[in-house]
Amino acid sequence: MNDQERADAFYAHVVGGGKVEADDWMPDDYRAAVLKFVEMHANSELMGVLPEREWILRAPTLKRKLALTSKVQDEVGHAQLLYRVAEDLGKPREEMLADLMAGKTKFHNVFHYPTRSWGDVGIIAWLVDAAAIVSQQALRDSSYAPYARTMKKICWEESVHIMHGRDVVLTLMNGTARQRQMVQEALDRWWGPLMQMHGPPTDPATDRDLIWKIKSKGNEQLRQEFLSIYVPRIWELGLTVPDPELGYDEVEGRWHYTEPDWAELRNVVTGHGPMSQERLEFRRTNHAATQWVRDAVLGAPSAAA
Amino acid sequence: MSDGSPPHDRVWEVFRQEAEGDPMIHSGNVRAPDEELAMHYAREFYGRRQESNRLWVVARDAITELDDPDLLKPPFDRSFKRPGGYLIKHKLEAAKARAGTPAAGEAQE
Repeated sequence: MNDQERADAFYAHVVGGGKVEADDWMPDDYRAAVLKFVEMHANSELMGVLPEREWILRAPTLKRKLALTSKVQDEVGHAQLLYRVAEDLGKPREEMLADLMAGKTKFHNVFHYPTRSWGDVGIIAWLVDAAAIVSQQALRDSSYAPYARTMKKICWEESVHIMHGRDVVLTLMNGTARQRQMVQEALDRWWGPLMQMHGPPTDPATDRDLIWKIKSKGNEQLRQEFLSIYVPRIWELGLTVPDPELGYDEVEGRWHYTEPDWAELRNVVTGHGPMSQERLEFRRTNHAATQWVRDAVLGAPSAAA
Repeated sequence: MSDGSPPHDRVWEVFRQEAEGDPMIHSGNVRAPDEELAMHYAREFYGRRQESNRLWVVARDAITELDDPDLLKPPFDRSFKRPGGYLIKHKLEAAKARAGTPAAGEAQE
């Protein structure tokens, strides 16, 4: 079998629903595509804890503080699991962290924004995690089996986060008028980024991640699923979604909405969001400040000196 | 690492038993310089919600793998190795008729 025949057989395997393990032979294109996808996911888990970390010391009760701390630990854990998956595809973890800190690789748009109130913490844990889990559940069917297996564990933990977030939101909604207003304001701030989060619709005929079944659902399908599950749950609380065009079209069987601001999405994920540089700077400072731990653990000569 | 070589660690595969008596199931892997730290990581990743009864960590390079379909899924008929490979219904009926013992359904008479 020459290389082309081998690649053809490989793609026939994945297109037909076959799975790929880390030490299986795979074409470079496929390896690069999975690596890029998983690395971006890992980066997002790692950067995603920073907005929530800001609220650990300001959590309103001890129980909330414990839950938030636990969520932050879960997300960092997800980053570690995903960086392991990515490492086995050939890129060392140190290089991935260096690329993230240098702004060469991306992380999800929603983690480039500030958190203004405790209402934001509830909306992030409920709706940002919900939007994420819609796409993560679809990744449990990924053709790259180590990623699919990791997603099963991650989805299980994310479902706890969504309940935590919904509980925070419900508690505020049952509170004072000021607390309800806090949730509405947070929803107003987060709706735009939430609608951008799954990305612009792609053409299924040319989307290689879709064709190779690295992911099993397209961006627009994920957004529609998110809207179908969560818009009724938002509305039933008496909250207003800040989009006058939003509505379900029974005839077409899909949600209509105002076109998300794709220019904002591109701008934000390339490091020009309101908090992009501050969050990366925190990551760099933290990385430098914890270098001695890695040196000690790995027994580097500098630690002994 | 007193020889000045760069620090390195290994990959450890983690196996988890959910409840007493269950099989050990592969869960994922961690990277650590030794088994003690590997077990700490495994505990943090796979045991912090009381979801595990037992954990194993095994150095990845200690695992020997076989996944050759020519050896594991040979294209020959292997039905003689499975219970379903033996179809006895008609033979049993014939044998009973020959022996004159009651056939199923006539047992009460």
